[in-house]
Amino acid sequence: MFDFLRSFVAVLLLALGLAGIPVVAAADAVTDGLAGLADRSFSRKVEAVAQLGASGDQRAETILNALLDGRLYVRNADSAVVIGEERGKAFLVADPTAGAEAAEAAIADFTKITVNNRMRGAIRGALGALTLFSADAGTRAAAADAVFKTPTADMLPLLDKALARETDNGVKRRMERAWAAVAAVGAGETAERLAAIETLGSFADPDVRSLLGGLAVGNGEVAQAAGLTLRRIDESLVLWGAVGNVFQGVSLGSVLLLAAVGLAITFGVMGVINMAHGELVMLGAYTTFVVQEAFRAHLPGAFDMSLFVAVPAAFLVSGLVGIALERGVIRFLYGRPLETLLATWGISLILQQLVRSVFGPTNREVGSPSWMSGAYETASGLVLTYNRIAIIVFSLMVIGVIALILRKTSLGLSMRAVTQNRRMAGAMGIRTGRVDALTFGLGSGIAGVAGVALSQIDNVSPNLGQSYIIDSFMVVVFGGVGNLWGTLVGAFSLGIVNKFLEPYAGAVLGKIFVLIAIILFIQKRPRGLFAPKGRAVEA
Amino acid sequence: MRSAAGPIVTAVLGDATGRIVVGLLVAAAVAVPVLNLMVPAGSPLHVPPYVVALIGKYLTFALLALSVDLIWGFAGILSLGHGAFFALGGYAMGMHLMRQIGTRGVYGNAELPDFMVFLNWKELPWYWYGFDAFPFAALMVVLVPGVLALVFGWFAFRSRVTGVYLSIITQAMTFALMLAFFRNDMGFGGNNGLTDFKDILGFNLQAGGTRAVLFAASALAVAGAYALCRVIVASRLGRVLLAVRDAEGRVRFLGYRVEYYKLFVFVVSAMLAGIAGALYVPQVGIINPGEFAPANSIEIIIWVAVGGRGSLHGAILGAILVNFAKTYLTGAIPEIWLFALGGLFVAVTLFLPKGIVGTVPAFKFGGAGGGWRWRRLVPARGRSEERP
Repeated sequence: MFDFLRSFVAVLLLALGLAGIPVVAAADAVTDGLAGLADRSFSRKVEAVAQLGASGDQRAETILNALLDGRLYVRNADSAVVIGEERGKAFLVADPTAGAEAAEAAIADFTKITVNNRMRGAIRGALGALTLFSADAGTRAAAADAVFKTPTADMLPLLDKALARETDNGVKRRMERAWAAVAAVGAGETAERLAAIETLGSFADPDVRSLLGGLAVGNGEVAQAAGLTLRRIDESLVLWGAVGNVFQGVSLGSVLLLAAVGLAITFGVMGVINMAHGELVMLGAYTTFVVQEAFRAHLPGAFDMSLFVAVPAAFLVSGLVGIALERGVIRFLYGRPLETLLATWGISLILQQLVRSVFGPTNREVGSPSWMSGAYETASGLVLTYNRIAIIVFSLMVIGVIALILRKTSLGLSMRAVTQNRRMAGAMGIRTGRVDALTFGLGSGIAGVAGVALSQIDNVSPNLGQSYIIDSFMVVVFGGVGNLWGTLVGAFSLGIVNKFLEPYAGAVLGKIFVLIAIILFIQKRPRGLFAPKGRAVEA
Repeated sequence: MRSAAGPIVTAVLGDATGRIVVGLLVAAAVAVPVLNLMVPAGSPLHVPPYVVALIGKYLTFALLALSVDLIWGFAGILSLGHGAFFALGGYAMGMHLMRQIGTRGVYGNAELPDFMVFLNWKELPWYWYGFDAFPFAALMVVLVPGVLALVFGWFAFRSRVTGVYLSIITQAMTFALMLAFFRNDMGFGGNNGLTDFKDILGFNLQAGGTRAVLFAASALAVAGAYALCRVIVASRLGRVLLAVRDAEGRVRFLGYRVEYYKLFVFVVSAMLAGIAGALYVPQVGIINPGEFAPANSIEIIIWVAVGGRGSLHGAILGAILVNFAKTYLTGAIPEIWLFALGGLFVAVTLFLPKGIVGTVPAFKFGGAGGGWRWRRLVPARGRSEERP
């Protein structure tokens, strides 16, 4: 207990020290600056503004803002600078250094401090520097980045001061980057600049790269060092770029996986070409929309939980529609895959038009829960958004659950039995019709769950399913029919290949290349990457 | 006169079906232009220009349906990408028509089409060379789809990609082409496609006479294509194709090179689709990448299925009926068209597997290539067959 108290007091003292000492030290700078503002000469006033800016004091910000707004006055009697405010007929003045209550005074005793354009520029610059000391960490970080973007030598002492006070590690790192940029560009000793370039080398991001690119021009030690560091950064940027591409690819792959895994069951396991699969995905997305609307209306506080309700709801909606489809249409078409394809295409048109009639043709707004917004950003400019990460994890969970169902449950056993030999399974007492319906329902339900995930990253419109159906078929065909593992590998490899081609060929051409590659691949391995072997091939 | 034409004439006109279909088409080719141009506008027999344009469009669709029926109905190849061949033929014709505009474009540039001037292109891309000449463009109308079908089919049939797999990769093909043609830097007008045509072979495209001639050309093209398909279907090659459709493996074991038969008929079909596209573009006045959309290609299948897969006159009938229904419904009750189309897909596959021709007695003319062949040679398929 005492240990805790002691450390608490120590932290308190430390905080006081960090916050208090600079204020005391800066008091002189603020009073000096104020005195300078009372002067008639504009160049003296500009100097004073710079002095106030460099003070790093909270009060300086108030003073400079007042000056910019024309609320700063000089008392004629003793040249004291005050902040004045006309309120109706009354005139209130306050001492900017003391922060005392405003007192009423006669406006005739004061002269307004005039400002010209040159001063306005100086004031804005000084205010920019002062935000380095703002109470808000985001503002401080933005200020540090602003300094980094336009490094000027006179910012160096200010940054030193800000760095000494900074407690947030992320902001501190930004400030260090800005400091290194100022020092590297500035006119200091060569050794100092070299050290600064060395520091910059540890920030492998594109902005530092372009800064160093500017420094690397010409001869001399500094340019040489900048060139060397530049090359090192380039190498690490290539590496991080590749990591970023892999992440993007895995993210796209997980989306494809979600869209394709239901198809892998209906097409792969049952041999049914379901062209309405995309529309089942779309129904899942609209279910999410409806669930969220219900949450907004009745339980606004629990909105973050809406997705946990939407997942089972979407599974049920799409699954039931799927079962109805199977019992109503598809079961009459077993063994006639081409006819199945046409009939399900017709159903997809009907479902699309149905949703369009009910919800309207425009995009529907689906919100993201707060725990899914935001991003994890590495120092090298690699941004991993939380919703993408969530979808990757979610897709792997979904495929895990399906694998479990297929392998460990009695329903899964019946499914596999019916797939392998329908008549024998029937003879063993499995109700094949019921298993067909349930299998199709499972595949369709998974499509609905995929719709929940897609609603987080894509527009929820009646055409949502259309944009994924061809890609999903590609995944299933590429991975090999009737093979969950193949679907997984197929989805991720297509996603990653797509994302690696994009920078070179553009999104559309990249997609065309992938399509052509798959068409060629099917020539080589008509049954996909993980083709069934043995008797199953001709079944 | 016993020449080489003898058996062909017999194959086409030897039965009631052939005589009726060819007779109707030729009669339409003559009658509609006459009724449009010669009969005064007030007369009840007058055919207004918009009807000429509409039926002309239906006829190009009928030609397209014929090309699909040739491979689907008689060789078992379900292509979900036939719209691509249609669109390629259309683009070849559209490029010729663009070159015909000359200096009459918005920018008045004699060298470049408007969209290239707009996109700041400096010179004509090499693949536009030659399209100034009509014979070259006409050659390309059949050659481009034909070569694409040859290459695509050669790869696909050689490695025995069949059934649903083939359907899906043909769909991927047309999807890839659609994405490609949507790009501005492809040099085919991007999103907007090719439009604003002025004249064809020196005749104004807006003039009633030109439109009537285009209509007659479409009707005769359908008749010609019908005759060609009849000849192919009735030949020994056609018999092998039917056997391939019903039991591909068995035919292969009997010693036939199945892939060559399929390739031949696939290429012929693609060329017919290209011609259909070339006739379609001057009549509607625009071609854009939307024609490549996979949905369009699947719609062709439903025309054939409604009419009756495996009967050539059924395909013509189906294309005209479904498109008539589409024009009517999209005009009268727009929301209902997709419901109707979707319902049509389901109903036809479930209740009308033989299409109108195979079900409605009035259309069962009998004879070679008619409903008879379909009934005789397609056994009812049990569940055990074709189930992967």
